[in-house]
Amino acid sequence: MSYINKPKVAHPSLPTNSLGLTRRQYEGTMSTLCAGCGHDSVTAAIVEACWGLSLQPEQLVKLSGIGCSSKTTSYFVSGAHGFNSVHGRMASIASGANAANRGLTYVGVSGDGDSLSIGVGQLVHVIRRNVNMLYMIENNGVYGLTKGQFSASADIGTKAKRGETNSSPPIDPVLLALGLGATFVARSFSGDKAQLVPLIQAGMRHNGFALIDVLSPCVTFNDHEGSTKSYGFTREHYHAAVEADFVPRTAEISVDYPEGESIPVSLHDGSRVILHKLDPSYDPTDRTAASNYIGRKLKQNVYVTGLIHIDETGTTEFHNLNRTPKAPLNSIPFEKLSPGAAALDKLMGRYR
Amino acid sequence: MPSMMAEAGRVNDFVIKFANVNGTGSASANSLIMKAIFRMGVPVTGKNYFPSNIQGLPTWYEIRVTRDGYAARASHVDIMVAMNAETYSKDVRELRSGGYLIYDSTWPRSALLQRGDINVIPVPLAKLVNETFDGARNRVLLKNIAYAGVLAALLDLDLDVISGLLRESYGKKPKLLDSNTKALRLGYDYVKEHLTSPLPLRVEHMDKTRGHIMIDGNTAAGLGCVYAGATVGAWYPITPSTSLMDAFKGFCERYRVDSETGERNFAVLQAEDELAAVGMVIGASWNGARAFTPTSGPGISLMNEFVGLAYYAEVPCVIFDVQRVGPSTGMPTRTQQSDIMLCAYASHGDTRHVLLFPANPEECFYMAVQAFDLAERLQTPVFVLSDLDIGMNDWMCPDLKWDDAFKPDRGKVLSKEEINGLEKFYRYLDRDDDAIPYRTLPGTSPKAAYFTRGSGHNQFGGYTEDSAEYQVVLDRLKRKFATATRYVPKPVHVGRSNSDVGIVSIGSCDGAIREALDVLTHQKIDVDYLRVKAFPFNSDVESFLKSHSTIFVVEQNRDAQFKSLLTLETAVEKSKLFSILSYSGLPISAQPIVDYIRAKLAESPRLTAVPR
Repeated sequence: MSYINKPKVAHPSLPTNSLGLTRRQYEGTMSTLCAGCGHDSVTAAIVEACWGLSLQPEQLVKLSGIGCSSKTTSYFVSGAHGFNSVHGRMASIASGANAANRGLTYVGVSGDGDSLSIGVGQLVHVIRRNVNMLYMIENNGVYGLTKGQFSASADIGTKAKRGETNSSPPIDPVLLALGLGATFVARSFSGDKAQLVPLIQAGMRHNGFALIDVLSPCVTFNDHEGSTKSYGFTREHYHAAVEADFVPRTAEISVDYPEGESIPVSLHDGSRVILHKLDPSYDPTDRTAASNYIGRKLKQNVYVTGLIHIDETGTTEFHNLNRTPKAPLNSIPFEKLSPGAAALDKLMGRYR
Repeated sequence: MPSMMAEAGRVNDFVIKFANVNGTGSASANSLIMKAIFRMGVPVTGKNYFPSNIQGLPTWYEIRVTRDGYAARASHVDIMVAMNAETYSKDVRELRSGGYLIYDSTWPRSALLQRGDINVIPVPLAKLVNETFDGARNRVLLKNIAYAGVLAALLDLDLDVISGLLRESYGKKPKLLDSNTKALRLGYDYVKEHLTSPLPLRVEHMDKTRGHIMIDGNTAAGLGCVYAGATVGAWYPITPSTSLMDAFKGFCERYRVDSETGERNFAVLQAEDELAAVGMVIGASWNGARAFTPTSGPGISLMNEFVGLAYYAEVPCVIFDVQRVGPSTGMPTRTQQSDIMLCAYASHGDTRHVLLFPANPEECFYMAVQAFDLAERLQTPVFVLSDLDIGMNDWMCPDLKWDDAFKPDRGKVLSKEEINGLEKFYRYLDRDDDAIPYRTLPGTSPKAAYFTRGSGHNQFGGYTEDSAEYQVVLDRLKRKFATATRYVPKPVHVGRSNSDVGIVSIGSCDGAIREALDVLTHQKIDVDYLRVKAFPFNSDVESFLKSHSTIFVVEQNRDAQFKSLLTLETAVEKSKLFSILSYSGLPISAQPIVDYIRAKLAESPRLTAVPR
């Protein structure tokens, strides 16, 4: 945590993206989270991802609920509108906002309490609705702001800072999302920026709902011996099954990827994701196989990371199903929306 | 048949009640009769008393033929069409002395249910239908049309009008048209052959429905949302508000679908619950769409947290509350006005909300449009407090009209150019001294960006835990509510007299009150009447309360919620307010209002109506 605001001066030597913007121009306000918090690393990865995508800052919409994780939407891209809503209900705000304007990029940041306890209903249904957005869960297994209670993602047998042992089974957001038919499901670790940045970029460009579960340890309440969400435990137990490279629309694929181990997936905006299977038996396009694999590994205390499942057909994306025009609904002129006096006069005949 | 009691002077002024079984197709027969009377130029109202059930429970439909054009429920029944054996004894009891009972005489009637003071009209409906038609379901449905035929003969309804209505309904299905026409004639001819007709209670052509329609409030409100330019509707199904979204969707499919591309200029989101529904409305409105949700009391209870966010973060949102009987699940298919306090102060912390009180379907249409203008002008939630009686019953209303010159008031939304002209944009600053700040929409420019939050914020839009900074915003919100009085619709003053006795009321009580005023005037009791159309109350409400020494507050709930709101939010002396309450779940009628006022004025000389 910093105590002094850094001045936003762009040093001439800082690299710029295709919009001529530096990384600093994708930062937000100063973080007020604890020093060493995993969430700040996620924030840095989001900044990097947006800069790398050359995203117009105002084309981004940042959404969150309540909790430590939900505060982070303030810490990146201050040129984007942000909405810090109520606890567990970001998904409905995102659904409404996206319905009103399909043209912007929506990123929601939530936590395990916000998404898996109070907000699990909204998470489940935003997945079903297949709203085109990236939904990130900064998952640390614990409630921070209320000082260390277990969350719904806490593993059986994990120990709280004050010694209590959790006995309720965890909800795994990845398995949940796979079961509900999410079309982009990933898991990563806040300490693995190299893996996380392309996942965020691909998730933002995916045509439909993209979930990234980010294991993001809580240094204050859940980083001790006996915790299964500590930095140490996570580093030892995470296993990258599929790494993803994100290739922007404008770039050429310059490397030859070996057949069978790498799968290129085209995203709807013309960019691509190249999936590298580190585990040859794994098929990220097969939802059932992915679900079985993740479940099996979880039983062995292994968190599989990477782009676990992707389906880029976009057929069930909300606006595709709704047949919304390309132009955002909020931009359609009133004259096209209000049927007018003549139509009303005619309609009256139906009610006589 | 028993001798008909002479009934002079009851042409075009009586009440028919149909006792049916839910799910047997009676609704179409009942509305056929109502529409036929309407098309004969005679004012009519229809009230549906239906169960919270799909099939099998008792249901009633009441048609009031009212040459004087009264909109309220009458508190008596002149003709009972008793088609439900289960409720037969209750239905017979309800009939007023001298009234007419029409029953299916296919089966013998219990002698226990005899009443000497009514006229009994037996028609062997099931027998007639079973001899003519095949198929169990078909017979059940057509029996309804057969009793419509019976009534057509007894009430002297215009057969050409009825045939016209049947052609409109079944014109494209000749088989159905044929069977319905046959069933109608079956009942009609039976009466003509075996009974004396018409009854002294009958219908004669008038010319009092020209330029009018029969419409329910939910349909009118849904249409209003289309005309207001709403593009996003989010909802969770709940009686009695469901038909509002059905109507919106239906009209959108008619008016908002591009005939070439099939693209739809609207989005209807069926949410997982009311919490999500209002969240979607807030998200969409924040993002610049006109968005709304229809619900009822239980939904409002669930929406409370989000409503507070919209109030504090100043996000427009339009909520239709089609009120039903509470508390809890209550009686979902009965009417009440019992969400007034719930909506006025919804959510924790200091909050107050704009309420609109439509009195009939016509106002549902216009107030729907107004609600979006108010919500966007004031950047706050607006509740349209309709009720089941308005929302789901057919009311006679003047034709809805639209002015093509109408421009929606989108409120203070800064464009990209305006933003660029500013040194810096501050979201919650009172630049115009009207306590309404400026807002921006996502996607405008980096300079327009701000962070919307329900946590403490200062007038610049930044997070704060500083007492003074917090209070600046909270005090401005209070001033903004005062600003709202300049924008909300003024009350309707039905200036009957200069009596110092007045009635103050809201919403669907209007019909009963207007009828009561007529009765009281006949009895030489002058009472003044003000119908409040919105909260916050403006100065007209304040001065009416001030200038009357005795005020009857008429409303449809147990706890006098509207009276409470008046005493909390105006300077009125509590001791001069007297509540007239109706909370049975049935729409209020005129008689109890007349009775209460007469009794009250008689009991205390102090309360005599005298000129002001």
